[in-house]
Amino acid sequence: MGAQTLFEKIWNRHVVSELGDGYALLYVSRHLMHDGGSQAFLALKERGLAVRNPELTFATFDHVISTLPGRTAETNPALTPRLYSMRAHAKAAGVRLFDLGEPGQGIVHVMGPELGLTLPGTLLVCGDSHTCTHGGMGALAFGIGSSEVVHVLATQTIVQRRPKLMRATFEGTPAAGITAKDMILNLIGVIGAAGGTGFAVEYAGAAIRALDIEGRLTICNLSIELGAKCGMVAPDEVTFAHLKDRAFVPKDAAWEAAVADWRTLPSDPDAVFDREVAIDVGKIAPQITWGTSPEHVVGVDGHIPDPKTVGDAERRNALVAALDYMGLAPGAPIAGTPVDWVFIGSCTNSRICDLRAAAVVAKGRRVAATVRAWVVPGSENVKRQAEAEGLDEVFKAAGFEWREPGCSMCLAMNNETVPPGQRSVSTSNRNFVGRQGPGARTHLASPAMAAAAALAGRIVDVRGM
Amino acid sequence: MEAFTVLKGVAAPLLRANINTDVIIRIERLRDLEKADLGRYAFESWRYRRDGSEDPAFVLNRPPYREARLMIAGQNFACGSSREAAVWALQSFGIRCVIAPSFGPIFYNNCFQNGVLPVVVPAEVVEDLAAEVEATQGEGKVVVDLTRCVVVAPGGKETPFSVDALLREGMLKGLDQIELTRAREPQIQAFQARDRERRPWLYPSA
Ligand code: SF4
Repeated sequence: MGAQTLFEKIWNRHVVSELGDGYALLYVSRHLMHDGGSQAFLALKERGLAVRNPELTFATFDHVISTLPGRTAETNPALTPRLYSMRAHAKAAGVRLFDLGEPGQGIVHVMGPELGLTLPGTLLVCGDSHTCTHGGMGALAFGIGSSEVVHVLATQTIVQRRPKLMRATFEGTPAAGITAKDMILNLIGVIGAAGGTGFAVEYAGAAIRALDIEGRLTICNLSIELGAKCGMVAPDEVTFAHLKDRAFVPKDAAWEAAVADWRTLPSDPDAVFDREVAIDVGKIAPQITWGTSPEHVVGVDGHIPDPKTVGDAERRNALVAALDYMGLAPGAPIAGTPVDWVFIGSCTNSRICDLRAAAVVAKGRRVAATVRAWVVPGSENVKRQAEAEGLDEVFKAAGFEWREPGCSMCLAMNNETVPPGQRSVSTSNRNFVGRQGPGARTHLASPAMAAAAALAGRIVDVRGM
Repeated sequence: MEAFTVLKGVAAPLLRANINTDVIIRIERLRDLEKADLGRYAFESWRYRRDGSEDPAFVLNRPPYREARLMIAGQNFACGSSREAAVWALQSFGIRCVIAPSFGPIFYNNCFQNGVLPVVVPAEVVEDLAAEVEATQGEGKVVVDLTRCVVVAPGGKETPFSVDALLREGMLKGLDQIELTRAREPQIQAFQARDRERRPWLYPSA
């Protein structure tokens, strides 16, 4: 066998059967579920089937739960039946569910890596498009639809077509204040929201190696916003140090055996990719989106584009529609745009390092009188860690609201929405029309940039704070 | 699953790039609606104005596109969230085929689970097809023939497309993937036994 990529090594070791045309029946080594999963359990039951390997599926509550301080499963009665149903199905099937208030509960893409459910070299799926996040741990991870979830529950396998491979190399040293979020938003701006369609992406280069696990998870999280179902970073000493002694990570001799195996995973030096792109991170300013697709992104020192300068009619119309929805003037500087809401949270940026970065900016300052700002930790463990470090007090003293772990304003369930016409700076991953509520205008940015916007009441360059 | 062989019907052009599944069906609608009722809310934020009335300018509100069975779309159609309800919403509206230069990868798979056919053809073909349909005010019907793998424009011009054999067969026969895979249970068992031996540390001890 010739030189192989990280992706190929993991893919190949999960092939149960080749189905022709590049399709394979793949073994699923980890399956994660969230609170939208009760439907899948029901569908399985209707077929008269059982969960084939309940010990390889783990579940949590994140999407539909309220994040109101002191919340319970009953806080939003309209959604209570879903949570009860998920509890009952998980229990009956023998699937471990991390319930409200329990360490381990959290956004599914935060809790998996945190508990060590996500391991390098595994094939991990979940009925959620941001499952690509787990690739930051060196797993081959991708989102699936709800019919596919039923398939996984029934058979512990999934049918997939082998994608093409892209390597995105981030070279150089980022300037102070530049985060993983800025790096990946910049890449999306460069190659576009469809630039990764049909590919699995491996993120490589010195600037990726220099990131901690949380930064790598942030990078991989936005793979789907590039159009790529799957993004990944080769596991290394940073990965192993992160994993050691976590709840679901093998111990002692098993740990040694696992690490020895994981060391064989990185792409061989002469492995070939179908497409290569390179980003010089030394040139990146803090990024912020101005429109309704993550590719609508500029440096905070940049300007809102002017449709008049765009030749292609289809692209021009898209710009006009986006600017109209966002209520922005073409050609104006993006900095200085007034902000009504700030959301620090989501599977992109709600881990402890993200909260620390936001707290550094917020410390000793006040949220502008015109802004409502929320901090929503990604998991119960993140919340407890942040409270142990006093971050919650920093945020509260500055006028941020400190909430319970969940997806919250990232997808606007539970009336946790940005009101129509209002403008938010959000650390999440989608600035789509209506994503944070009907008529809501979303600007994506890093946690530090979001905190800075909350304090200033407008979009500002965090490097000047 | 309903089989898909040949479909002829009104095709609604909606050529914006990167239309995401949040726009195809809003998250709130997934809470209390049945699959079959989602069609009313397909493209809700574009179809209805803030007061709830229809926006007459939006393509799916204009006759004959109200009866569209196909959609002609821009690149990266249905990107974003994995929600399968995006397929159900189109299906419930009456659309069983989308023709586009490229699709969101999860949506693409979801279509084949539900008997909806995503057809990939080059951007120029999509644009020409949309222009031809528009020129007839939508009256010119488009045919998608999966038995021959061709799109037939209203004027009769044929464009071949390719679908992977496995997916094509599943669609033509309306096969159920779960049953197909369950027939391979011995293979899965053998694989799992080997994997347990090779990576025992991967398996949580009960
Ligand atoms: S935080 Fe947002 S993007 Fe992430 S899983 Fe939850 S809803 Fe999806």
